[in-house]
Formats: sequence, C-alpha cells, structure tokens
Amino acid sequence: MSLYLRVLTVGLVCFWLLLSGFWYKPLILILGLFSVALTAYLAMRIERVYSLRSVTKIFIRVPLYMVWVSWEVVKTTLDVVKRIWLPKRYPISPTLANVPMTQQTRLGKTIYANSITLTPGTVSVRFEQDGKLLVHALTADSMDDLKAGGMDSRVSDLEE
Amino acid sequence: MSLIIDGLSWLLLMCGAFLGISGAVGTVRFPDFYTRVHASSVADTLCAALIILGLILQAGFSLVSVKLIFILAFLWYTSPAASHAMVRAAHFMNVKPYLLNKGKPPSKP
Repeated sequence: MSLYLRVLTVGLVCFWLLLSGFWYKPLILILGLFSVALTAYLAMRIERVYSLRSVTKIFIRVPLYMVWVSWEVVKTTLDVVKRIWLPKRYPISPTLANVPMTQQTRLGKTIYANSITLTPGTVSVRFEQDGKLLVHALTADSMDDLKAGGMDSRVSDLEE
Repeated sequence: MSLIIDGLSWLLLMCGAFLGISGAVGTVRFPDFYTRVHASSVADTLCAALIILGLILQAGFSLVSVKLIFILAFLWYTSPAASHAMVRAAHFMNVKPYLLNKGKPPSKP
C-alpha cells in the first residue's frame, strides 16, 4: 500500500467517525467502512500518484502553509475592505496580467491557483499555454506582491 | 470565564457581520464584474471564518464544534473553485474588464 492510500484511509475513517458520532453501533460502523472504501477507490481513480511524497510534507509543511495562507487572507481582506469603504483615499487599480508559476505537478498548480483565488483581491482567470497563470488583481500592489513570488516559492517547496 | 468567552464570541460574530456587509457594499460599489468578484470573496472567506469561529466558541468542546471546523475547511477549499468558475466563464464570454493600465493588452481567449 502506498503512503497516500494509507493516509487517505486513516483520514477518511477519522472524518467519518467525527461526522457520524455513532461509535458503538456495529451496523453503522460497517456501513461507514463500506463508504470509506468506496471513497478511497474513487479518489485513487482520480489521482493515483500523489505529489506530496513524505509524511513531514503532509503533516507539517501543509498545515504550516495553511496557517500562512490564512494570515495572507486576513491581510488582503483588510486591504480590500479599506478600498470598499474609503474609495477616495484608497483608490482601486484593476490589473490583468500573466504571473509566472514554477510548479511541476497538477496538484501544485491547483494549490497555487486556489490560494490566489482564496485571497481576496486576486483571482486566477486561466492557465496559459506557456506555464503562466492569467490573474486579475484589484490593485497593482497586490499584483506586484504576486509577481515577487513569495506564494509561488512556498507552494513549490510543498511539492517535488 | 463564560462572560469572557461570550464576549469574545460576540466580538467575532460582529466582525464577521461587518465583513459580510462590506462585501455587499463592495459588490454594489465596484465598477465591473471582475472587481465585484473580489468584493464578494471577502464575504466568502474571512466573514465566514469569523462567524464560524464565534459559533465554535458558543458550542464549546463538542462534536458540534468539530463539524463547524469541517464546514469552514470545506468552504475554504471549495469557494475558490466557484469564484474561479465565474471569472473564467466571464473571460471566455469576452466580458471586458475595467482596467487602469490600458497599455498592457490582456491575452485573448
């Protein structure tokens, strides 16, 4: 069994137990086992090789990255709220530009594009042919922050 | 102790409500479709997070708060997909964005 399948199965069992709350009824536990097996099978059909290869990546680096993204969300939300309520003092400057992206795997690209869209003020529009990402940003400053590549290098550190 | 937790949870709920109202105001106030998506993503992310954190403080240490954490996680995983789908559809339907720098042409779909 690959590491991915083991982590997926254990995670799904924990998720099912926490969602159901019935921990002592055999029939429901067996039904839960079936649904976990079905979900793991479907997930393996979607992506057989997972691009986060080691346990430290999955259990330490990814949560750290989530914390960092949450902090980015707080900062950019404050910026957008400023521009909503005080448009005279903080004017918007919408920008559409290609942002380079260094991720190799599908999962890394998805994480990067999703993080861009999750932070208010920037939305990923489409993948370009030459490995770039078309991004719409509310202000030119947030586009410059993206092009500086802090988020890009963090996501690239996650994969490989 | 319960007074402190109640106060903190009310503070979080009120901040979340303020962000929700900000998102609504920005959706009306911003000039075109793309910038309005930015305003509504404020309500998608931090507004929902603050309201759910306040509700977790109200629920205490139980299965209910675990389920609330799951709701927050799935909301943060899936709401980018929704706003990306909207923006991508608008891009392919040639909705012209309002841009400040007209010099750089956006790529044609």
